[in-house]
Amino acid sequence: MYISLPQRGDRSKTGAPAARVSSVVITLGVVSMLTDVSSESVASILPLYITGAMGLSMIAYGFIDGIYQGVSAIVRIGGGWASDRTDNPKWVAFFGYAVSAVTKVGLLFVSGFAGIASVIALDRLGKGVRTAPRDALITASSEPSNLGKSFGVHRMLDTIGAAGGPLLAFLILFFVPTGYHLVFIVSLGFAVVGVVILGLVVPARRPRRESVAAGEARQPFRWGSLAEPRLRRLILTAGILAVLTVGDGFIYLVLQDRSPFAAQWFPLLYVGTNVAFFIFAVPLGRFADRFGRARVFVLGHVALLAAYACAALPVGGAAVTIVCLVLLGAFYAATDGVLAALAGEVCPPESRATGIAAAQTVVAIGRLIGSTAFGILWFAAGRELAVVIVAAALAAAIPALLVLIRPLTRVAVNE
Amino acid sequence: MRLVVAAALTVVLLGATAAYCVVAILGYQARQQTPPDAQAAAFATQVAADRIVFRATSPDAAYGFVASVSAADPSGARSVSDVACERIYSGARSSMCLRIDRGVLTTFSANLLDEAGAVAKSWPLPGIPSRARVSPDGERVAFTSFVTGEAYATVGFSTATQIATVGGDEFGNLEEFGLTIDGEANTAADRNFWGVTFTNDPDIFYATAATNSRTWLVRGSLAARTLTTVHESVECPSVSPDGTRIAYKKNVSTTATAYWSIAVLDLATNEETVMPDPRNIDDQIEWLDDSTLLYGVPRDDQPGDSDVWSIPADGSGASALFIEHASSPSVVRP
Repeated sequence: MYISLPQRGDRSKTGAPAARVSSVVITLGVVSMLTDVSSESVASILPLYITGAMGLSMIAYGFIDGIYQGVSAIVRIGGGWASDRTDNPKWVAFFGYAVSAVTKVGLLFVSGFAGIASVIALDRLGKGVRTAPRDALITASSEPSNLGKSFGVHRMLDTIGAAGGPLLAFLILFFVPTGYHLVFIVSLGFAVVGVVILGLVVPARRPRRESVAAGEARQPFRWGSLAEPRLRRLILTAGILAVLTVGDGFIYLVLQDRSPFAAQWFPLLYVGTNVAFFIFAVPLGRFADRFGRARVFVLGHVALLAAYACAALPVGGAAVTIVCLVLLGAFYAATDGVLAALAGEVCPPESRATGIAAAQTVVAIGRLIGSTAFGILWFAAGRELAVVIVAAALAAAIPALLVLIRPLTRVAVNE
Repeated sequence: MRLVVAAALTVVLLGATAAYCVVAILGYQARQQTPPDAQAAAFATQVAADRIVFRATSPDAAYGFVASVSAADPSGARSVSDVACERIYSGARSSMCLRIDRGVLTTFSANLLDEAGAVAKSWPLPGIPSRARVSPDGERVAFTSFVTGEAYATVGFSTATQIATVGGDEFGNLEEFGLTIDGEANTAADRNFWGVTFTNDPDIFYATAATNSRTWLVRGSLAARTLTTVHESVECPSVSPDGTRIAYKKNVSTTATAYWSIAVLDLATNEETVMPDPRNIDDQIEWLDDSTLLYGVPRDDQPGDSDVWSIPADGSGASALFIEHASSPSVVRP
């Protein structure tokens, strides 16, 4: 009963992760890439636009940043539920992508704080709705044996967009210093192309109906199927680790205070992290398929632990900064797509999108709690000590959680 | 069939976007070649009579460049230099110019400029330029930037403020100074400092201190490396030329979103006067003279453009438009 995915090919039974990544996954990756160019180009210039061009304060930016983080986590489970309920992940995801594209039109016309805040909230609403159904679609289109690699390919393409968007935006501002509206137009263009490709090229899968066709008993969507013990273990593990994951922003702040190199390149540190994520996404996804996704997910946090150690070391300099960024990128590569693959693997098809959304939401909420708690710890104990305390907690949690997720690892390897 | 339609639509949409970009860039460059009102002039901080140095924000070739007008005739001919800054503050002999160094890799810098506008010294900034000041004698400089994280950061906002001398002394980040709030030493980790203003005394300056969601006017000593609170709810102070009063922005909002009015504090009587400009003002005020304040206000209808307004410092009258298409004003005195 623990084998949750229908066995579609003979290769998957041998356990060899030789299957090629489905063209649907690559197309979804291209859609994500285009959409990320669109959203990240706007996100990267938003602080400049809000404070520089609109003349609003940095505190107003902080509020909009809060919306940016919060909204997508809240609606994510709703998107997953709609996808499972209708058994139609493609068109639920399409709705999410389309909402975000339409908001780019809004950016061209609104002015003032309330207008910008509403547009950003709507954009993130679209992001929240589309994520889980899209990941369910990736799961439905992949062989069980290469799920990690499939997610790796998707996240790699996604990250190219996330790194390319800001570069494109700054290139436009380089040519036209007042060209914020030009960035919005380019963002709209990329968003619409992404929506068009998704709508026309990606086939609509019906995971529940397909599993019936494969000879399994028809299972309507039930919230109860989320109580599956392996999913509960996964969510508990991911939640604990998320609370111990401090936002990159804090790491960057520690680095820039320590090292003149990091201070000079501070605005670009996240690009370095994205490049490392992009490089490691596919190899670590493949490695997860062979070595056990749950194991790689937990052990990926060793890279985060090492990044903490780098940040807490009383030495600065370019080398420490670069090593730290590489470790952060490796951490994201070993955990982001792998978590979606794991959740897709342990959930039955009828509740898969909701299960993926639940795991991702727990991570998002856990990180929010972790970052807030870390802020208080930073305030009370000082910067270095706060990092050391979180690192110690993470070092203790990793072996304990490796034991907790053993039931997941065993099945994944035996499959 | 669907693939063909998707490919065709992709080519058309991306092609149209690219074409729009090219047209916009060429249009911008064509506008840039239109001569501004005044010909490019030398960057001058040696003046015979009071001049207002500011950042031009008119949507033409002058946009973003440092310009100046006579303080006696602010709407008269402006001379535009070939020095570009996001924020400029000129004192006698030296200027602080905060820049966004645009490019594929965008970085930020604070630059000390000499009388000719050449960069004498440069500091990298960790984020978006915010405030710049030069002491009345032109010897000390201060600059503030916002430390911004990226999409994953949830730290709200943080500032970095540094003080240095033209002679090469570095006083470092104000966070390293000792802070005393209402007589008690404070070592909170969430301390932020911004908006320095220098007095005629080479040791004494004022700035904003913030911790635990409260803000204060602090009096700083460079020699003792200390900051002591003077008055609460003060941001971006600016000392009057005679040193008796401080103009600043004061958050009058009752919600989480700030709304600033301008106020003036009399240092002798501790009496605060709020100016009758109902708009939300987010700028570090500049004193035209001992009785008039200057500040920039962004235009609602044109992102990137703003005007400099004036208001009587005793709160006796309404604000008036002072220099069109300008931001970041500073008064250079002979």
